[in-house]
This record gives sequence, C-alpha cells and structure tokens, in this order.
Amino acid sequence: MLEELLESTEADVVQGAPQRDVPPAPPDGLDTALFQSDERAARADLRRQIAAMELVLARQFGSAFPRTGIDFAVSGLGGPRLLSVDELEQVRDRLAARIQDVSRSLDDAAYVEERNRELIEEMASDPASYKWVRVNNADIGEPGCKHWHATPKWGPIGLLLGWWRVKISSGCPLAEGQRPPNP
Amino acid sequence: MEGLPDEWEVAPEPGWIDPTLAEEFPGLLLASTVLESESRRSPEALRERLRSLSDRIGGAQAIQLRQQPIPWAYRVFFRHIGLDPDTTRTPVEQLIFDRMHDGSFKSRNRVEDALTIAMVEVGVALRAFDADRVDGRIGLRLSREGERFEGRVSPLAEGTIVVADENRALGIIFDRTAEGRGVDKRTERVMLVAIGVRGVPDIALEEALWVAGSALRA
Repeated sequence: MLEELLESTEADVVQGAPQRDVPPAPPDGLDTALFQSDERAARADLRRQIAAMELVLARQFGSAFPRTGIDFAVSGLGGPRLLSVDELEQVRDRLAARIQDVSRSLDDAAYVEERNRELIEEMASDPASYKWVRVNNADIGEPGCKHWHATPKWGPIGLLLGWWRVKISSGCPLAEGQRPPNP
Repeated sequence: MEGLPDEWEVAPEPGWIDPTLAEEFPGLLLASTVLESESRRSPEALRERLRSLSDRIGGAQAIQLRQQPIPWAYRVFFRHIGLDPDTTRTPVEQLIFDRMHDGSFKSRNRVEDALTIAMVEVGVALRAFDADRVDGRIGLRLSREGERFEGRVSPLAEGTIVVADENRALGIIFDRTAEGRGVDKRTERVMLVAIGVRGVPDIALEEALWVAGSALRA
C-alpha cells in the first residue's frame, strides 16, 4: 500500500522532470526560470527518494524487534524549513548510509541467531557436551524470557553421575506481584 | 461512542498555503473548525475514553506505527523539512511514546484529551488555538526576515514554516505555539487545526476534526 502511495503521489512530479543535462548553476546574469524549474524537479526527485528510503528504514525498524542496540538515528538538518538540493542530498545520503548499517547489523544478528538455534539443537541431542551452557530467547532473536539451560538432572547426583539434560524455562516472571485483596 | 452528540457536523474550513510551500509540497493541507468549548478538566466520559484507548495501544502498535501510511507520510515530511522524526517526533508518535513511557494516556484537560483521542485514532496532526485570538483565516507560510514570535526573545529564523493567521505567526509547524495564542483557561472558543501532508487523504483530516470536535462536545 505504501508503494502505491509513493507511486501515486510522487511519480507525477518525477515524470515531469526534464531529461536534459542541467548545468550546476545558471550562467552569469541569467537567473532563468528554466534553471529554477530544473532545481525544483531535482528537489522533487530527492524527496521521492527520501520517502522510499524512509519506508525501507521503517520496515527494518519493525523487523529488528526485539533486537536492541541497533542505531536507527538519521540526524536532521535543522528545521522546519525548505531544504535546498544539497541539503536534500545530505538527508538522502544519510538515510542510505543508515539503511546499509542497519542491514549489516541485521545480517550479523541473523547469522549469530542461526548459530544459536543450531546450538540449541546440539545441546538437546547431547547435553553432556554443553555443560551449563545457557541460550536465551534474545540470543535467537525472539521476544520473551524463555531460555535453554544445560543442567545436571537431580542436582548434585546428576552432576556426579554425568546425567545432563536441557532445561527449558517457563517464561518471564510476572511483571507485578499478586493483586492485593479487594477491600 | 456513548455520550457523543448526535447533531453535529464538522465544517472544516480549508486554510491558505503560501504559494512557495504549495509548489514545493503538493499535498500540504490545513483545515480548521471552531467550536465553543472551555479548557477545563475532562469529564469522566472523556477520561474513560482515554483509558480505553490506552488499553488498545501497546508495544506492538508502537513498533509497527511508522510503517502505517499516515504516520509514515508525516515521517517523510519531517525528513523533507529538515527534522529528524526520531528526535522531534511526529505528533502521533510522540503520543504513542508517552503512552509507552507513562503506561497510559494521561488526562490533562478537555482540549488536549480530545486532540489525543483524535490523533491516536486517525493519525493526523492536530493543533488547537484560541479562536478569539486568531485574526482572519489561518494558513501555512514561511517566516519573514526578523519576524517576531510571541514568547520568544529572538526572532524566528527566516524561512521557518509557521502556522499563521493574516497578521502573525501562531505557531511553528509541528512545534511550539506562540504565547497567548494557544488554549488556556480563558479560552471560550477553540479553533481545531488539522495539518495534512502528501499521503494523508483529505478525508482523514475531516475525520480527525470530527473525532476531536465530538470528544470536545462530549
């Protein structure tokens, strides 16, 4: 739906942009309407790019949950005001750089999480080889407090006899204690 | 919708947009409506509505918010005008942030509560001004060189986008309101103003004004 919005709301402006080469500045003494029109078209095109990038970043933000420590900040340029072509380019470039950074962070996190999922499977099949190892939900990119913990069965007896198992926790503790009795 | 008036139709008046802004930002809109209301403590019905709204908004909605069309459109507009929407939050994101931070939408007064309900339900940015302190029609323009802003010692930076009446700036867009132009205890008529940007349908502005107006009249 957002892509449709992008298409329907921005494409008309972009399609109207002239296809010729635009000089970096108007010739001396000629502050032409043509040049102003080209600048406006350039700004419209940059705004369309910024809109598309903002959508990508928003989706990355949504998909990153519950991972923490990923920086999504893209600093502004001081406003609210009209930005020049140069300034819009700066915003676009900062967004592009941030999207790349976030993408890299998410890829790294996905790799680590995949390895941790494999570790859980290995722990489950051979707990004795992973003594005291503990993997949390956060380690596999999932919300909640569940964790897998390789512990000896029956405490000290299992420890002495080498009886190991993977214990799965039952989740998060309650956020608050028991409700007080009604007066 | 218990407690809402049956016979009330919002009659939004379109605001003027400075030609420079209109050219640069097609889709930038402003609509306003005036109601007789006072900025007092919210009635129980309105506070109950706020509580019920708090229960409907949780972490999942907060995380997905910026992917929804209207909040996304405001985020994009913020980028276009040089603001970082993670620092200067869009109005609806600020409300949702406060909801997550405080645990609920806090009731402040009738007008602010009505704006909160409308902004969270529809997503459109709303402002309120004292209608008796607005001269003529309201609109959006760029500030002039050395333009004064009530309640601020230094003049506005030239080219700042402001909500203005025919004589002066009433507020900086998505930012503070000029001193004495907002709603306070002396206000008898409230001007509700909806600011729309490209990607926000016109009907959403009308709906936001209707929801806020209905809540004000509850």
